[in-house]
Amino acid sequence: MKIELNEEQKLLRDNVRRFAEEVVEPRAKEIDETGEFPRGFYDQAGELGLAGVSVPEEYGGAGMDTLAYCIVIEEISRKCATSGVILSVNNSLVCDPILKFGTEEQKKEFLTPLAAGQKLGCFALTEPGAGSDPAGLRTTARRDGDDYVLDGNKIFITNGTDADTALVFASVDLEKKHKGITAFLVPADTPGYSHGVHEFKLGVNASGTTELAFQNMRIPAGYRLGEEGDGFKVAMSTLDGGRIGIAAQAIGIAQAAFEEALAYSQQREQFGQHLSDFQAIQFYLADMATEIDAARLLTWKAAWTKENLKRFTLEAAQAKLFASEMAQRVTNKALQIHGGYGYTKEYNVERYFRDARITEIYEGTSEIQKMVIADWVLNKA
Amino acid sequence: MVILTEPMTETGTEPTATGSGTGVDFSLTEEQEMLQAEVRRFAEERIRPGVADRDREHRFPEDVLREMGEMGLLGMMVPEEYGGAGMDALTYCLAIEEVARVCPATAVTMSVTNSVCCWPIVRFGSEELKRRVLPALASGETIGGFGLTEPGSGSDAGSLRTTARRDGGFWVLDGEKAWITNAGFAGFYVVLARTDPGAGKRGLSAIVVPADAPGFSVGKPEEKLGLKASRTAPIFFNDCRVPVENLLGEEGQGFKIALATLDHSRLGIAAQAVGIHQRALELAVAYAKDRVQFGVPIARHQAVQLKIAQIATELAAARALTWSAASSEHSRDGGRLAAQAKVYASEAANRACQESLQLHGGNGFHEDYEISRLYRDVRVTTIYEGTSEMQRLVIARHLLGT
Repeated sequence: MKIELNEEQKLLRDNVRRFAEEVVEPRAKEIDETGEFPRGFYDQAGELGLAGVSVPEEYGGAGMDTLAYCIVIEEISRKCATSGVILSVNNSLVCDPILKFGTEEQKKEFLTPLAAGQKLGCFALTEPGAGSDPAGLRTTARRDGDDYVLDGNKIFITNGTDADTALVFASVDLEKKHKGITAFLVPADTPGYSHGVHEFKLGVNASGTTELAFQNMRIPAGYRLGEEGDGFKVAMSTLDGGRIGIAAQAIGIAQAAFEEALAYSQQREQFGQHLSDFQAIQFYLADMATEIDAARLLTWKAAWTKENLKRFTLEAAQAKLFASEMAQRVTNKALQIHGGYGYTKEYNVERYFRDARITEIYEGTSEIQKMVIADWVLNKA
Repeated sequence: MVILTEPMTETGTEPTATGSGTGVDFSLTEEQEMLQAEVRRFAEERIRPGVADRDREHRFPEDVLREMGEMGLLGMMVPEEYGGAGMDALTYCLAIEEVARVCPATAVTMSVTNSVCCWPIVRFGSEELKRRVLPALASGETIGGFGLTEPGSGSDAGSLRTTARRDGGFWVLDGEKAWITNAGFAGFYVVLARTDPGAGKRGLSAIVVPADAPGFSVGKPEEKLGLKASRTAPIFFNDCRVPVENLLGEEGQGFKIALATLDHSRLGIAAQAVGIHQRALELAVAYAKDRVQFGVPIARHQAVQLKIAQIATELAAARALTWSAASSEHSRDGGRLAAQAKVYASEAANRACQESLQLHGGNGFHEDYEISRLYRDVRVTTIYEGTSEMQRLVIARHLLGT
């Protein structure tokens, strides 16, 4: 048991931190307000290897491990949660499944440009009627000779307005429920593929969230990821890894909120003393620091388990559940410490508070995480 | 593409050594896993039988402790040259966790002997004192106690009033200590006393008082909410004379020694809380699978599943904080990490017992069900060896650099 980054990991953290401070932070407030997708940031991140952190170098990635990936997402999210989720989706939800389930040709054609950041990916699972219950999806894929023809609609697709490649889940046989679900790699310039306008949300505002529509969209059978009927397994396995990224994102948001609340409490004076001199504020700070540490340990443990022990569904769900709920509490307290100023857009904590909220919802709500955890504890432990 | 683990310098990138150190590693060593398994087996086979009776009868686990002493569990971090097991703090936490999982009262007895009696003697005692005192403690021939708290001095430990004055080759102690775990059974007590009445916190010293010292006596055992098989009583010093060689560190260093000791001992209490939490989860899982209501085991109801998921997740967090703090005890952040582990693990274990009992329904309120004992036992973990409120102040001081 040793919880200390090695020199290489520290260097990675410092380099990503510097990139986040120099490139990400200056635009964070602006893109939150305008909702403009930060394609320039993504391109630069790609050049640094941040689009495919855990993808082997032969496929365009940085060839690092899951812990390194956690460090990257935390440091980027610490300055801009929107930028964090853009990377998280490309890494965890698009690159990882192609690496794990893709053929050699698919890795060359799709993975390499995605991992190198030359292309941007999105993950198209959710539909208007299929959120927590993805097996209820209605998008269909009909085999037609050497092609598949897809029809249907997806919603809440992060990176959707700008993605070059979509990982799409569709059913080859709706009657088979989850056993009919199949995954497809779809270039965004495929005829019949279209996306909606960017949607304004409570937080992570510039992440290109939108609808996708597929109308008589024809793709070669070679773009099928895995076998027919494997899609549900691909999706679940992918989300296991994605949860580690979202946990790291939540920690980055919370860490920023904590640091700014700590600094503010040492500057702001009321009743003739600094806020930090009051026990009430000290208690908030103590709880924030403790919960952030706990969340980071759970997340690193999930990353370590993924690398070393393979089965990490339980650890990832616990990390995601704990870190996202922690971020909600920590950003709430950070805003509280800032008082009325914290409620204004003059201070970043207002943005952190909004951004944290989604981490309890996407890539599996807290309630879904708890069902996953309970299933493991009750039936598989 | 820039390789991220090379320094980004003005002159370009320079290659660095790759794979330098393992970095983050959550695995236990083979020795730690063996010890963990051994203590778990011992706790199930030797502590579990009679645990409910000892609780009901308020009977101290003397026989169990003797065996634990023989196994080396009472002087775990005492170097081997003084008869101890020479183990690290993480291994110690693993052992406490396993004992607490079966009997929290035995665990606190063990924790006090290891953490607040042996530990400060190892750290601050003279060579002669260590040779004289530690072998008996480490072998389980006797157990240890710690005398800091007084009737008027709890969280504000610096205000204590017990005095020790120098008289030739002796310290002469006068005063009273309250809530002393192991009182009456311990052979040695590390006692904090005021040696310089005008010097505030800097006027305190730590002195080892043998139970057979003249003028030492033990009061009537306290009736507590939980941990009924552990012994808690006041101790009294009435012209109590101990050799000057029994001083730990220097005169006036007592407060510092007490705080360092508590920084360390919090790991043991955190581990105790984790052990109780683990058991609360096991009991909840077993009961939920067995109990049928509305035609199905209650484990099939989502309300029950959500509780179990919450208990399990908080257990993982508490254990991670505790193990991480134990493995970083000597780091710059050691004190903060131990306080974080203690406050989180103790409060999480309280929530876990509350929810586990709730899930047991009326049965959970019955003495026959183990959870009812754990619910009583767990309550003190947020209080002793520094209340949750004191932990938060400690953490905040570290964060604010005050």
